Amino acid sequence: MKKNLVSIEKLSFDYGKESLHKDINMEFARGKVSAIMGGSGCGKTTILKLIGGQLVPKSGKVVVDDAVVHEQDRSGIFNLRRKMGMLFQHGALFTDLSVFENVAFPMREHTNLPESIIKDLVLLKLNAVGLRGAHKKMPAELSGGMARRVALARAIALDPDIIMYDEPFAGLDPISMAVICDLIRTLNDALGATSIIVTHDVAETFSFADYVYFLADGVVAAEGSPKELLASKLPFVKQFIHSEKDGPVPFHTDAPSYKSDLGL
Amino acid sequence: MVNKLLNFFEQLGSGFRARLIKLGAGTRLFFLIIIYSADSFKRIHLTIKEIYFTGVLSLVIIVVSAFFVGMVLGLQGYYTLEKYGSSEAIGVLVALALVRELGPVVTALLFAGRAGTAITAEIGLMKATEQLSAMEMMAVSPVARIIAPRFWAGMISMPILATIFSMVGILGGYVIAVIVIGVDEGAFWSQMQANVDFHNDIVDGAVKSIVFGFACTMIALFEGLDAPPTAEGVSRATTRTVVISSLAVLGLDFVLTSFMFV
Repeated sequence: MKKNLVSIEKLSFDYGKESLHKDINMEFARGKVSAIMGGSGCGKTTILKLIGGQLVPKSGKVVVDDAVVHEQDRSGIFNLRRKMGMLFQHGALFTDLSVFENVAFPMREHTNLPESIIKDLVLLKLNAVGLRGAHKKMPAELSGGMARRVALARAIALDPDIIMYDEPFAGLDPISMAVICDLIRTLNDALGATSIIVTHDVAETFSFADYVYFLADGVVAAEGSPKELLASKLPFVKQFIHSEKDGPVPFHTDAPSYKSDLGL
Repeated sequence: MVNKLLNFFEQLGSGFRARLIKLGAGTRLFFLIIIYSADSFKRIHLTIKEIYFTGVLSLVIIVVSAFFVGMVLGLQGYYTLEKYGSSEAIGVLVALALVRELGPVVTALLFAGRAGTAITAEIGLMKATEQLSAMEMMAVSPVARIIAPRFWAGMISMPILATIFSMVGILGGYVIAVIVIGVDEGAFWSQMQANVDFHNDIVDGAVKSIVFGFACTMIALFEGLDAPPTAEGVSRATTRTVVISSLAVLGLDFVLTSFMFV
């Protein structure tokens, strides 16, 4: 068994003209929680989509469990995705289905389990995220944090090998945030899964992640364990971790001179 | 000046190209639907649920509109026919107008407004809230699970709705002509029976409704999938569904009529 479940080799990607990633290399070790961090719009979520085969890289490759993702045909990609669970930024629960049916959805689609077992499994998964009591509710009746926990229960419905989280903390209150942090770690260890988190929340991520990648300007600007990164002297990492206004990442976007814009 | 001209041609070309690409994408979507239909029929309850939404829930608006259209046809037809002393032919007039033209066309226009917009808005919002992506990531094809059931529901509902429209319309004509105005009831029905041809009128009308059902449903589905994932994008897509469907129905109606009845 290879040590790394997911690896990204020399990956380049662009949306149209602007190149987003340039020759990126990343390794996600089996059984570990890895985080991809960086400012908004630096292509963090795109990496998850590339791993899931929703996008095709311009060059380089993404290898999941010894299979190159973009070389698979549709059924091959679907087989790979069955090993993955993904938590979307806003949960992406199916609004026409109840909480119970949302969690049962992957089981009903991919297994022929009898109804009684599906019921037990769904309640088990919901219990793991602390929402067994809410199984009859509709997604519209849930708070943002609860919706994300239900989506998490759905993502782990088929006990995936890889769990991907897209901005799991965005827009959550501190209590929900702490709950999600705790869940990511416990679920990863209990399921023996490999977790990949995309986020820009430094304090939360550093409290439980095993390995962190920093993305900036399309390349991996820094990588290492949270401890190593906290000690890092790299200006970008320092600016990001300590949320400083001034540093290599400028406050202003590229623009012509202020004078000429004002017509002086 | 030259620049302006060049700009004009560039815009003309890029607009045409964009539409051509959309047409290609729509055709691709159609073939995907056909490919995934078998998968989707394994969960037939999904299609039945959509038939309920697009078909059964459209019944009220179809029945009420049909009744009024039939009554208006009765009044207008009687007014004209009476001048020539052939008011008994009112039954034929009402029936032919409905079965050949108004049944399929008005049903399709109402269908685009009621069911088509609902389909576009629902799919557009599903896309905007990443529900379709989530489904893809769960290794479930949204085409099999979301698109194909809606497509078949539209294809099945539309001809049935058009038939109901024609039936109720004829009833409306009957109420005005026979009950209100007092045209002979026997003449009303017997002339209709003698002059409405099963193959030339009823079957051709049914063919029209099937074609319109296909056009309206495909346009609604495609616009939903094609909508930019924003509030503005979804609202524009919904508007486009109504506008394009209506124009398509009227245009296709002319083409089909020219082939069928001339």
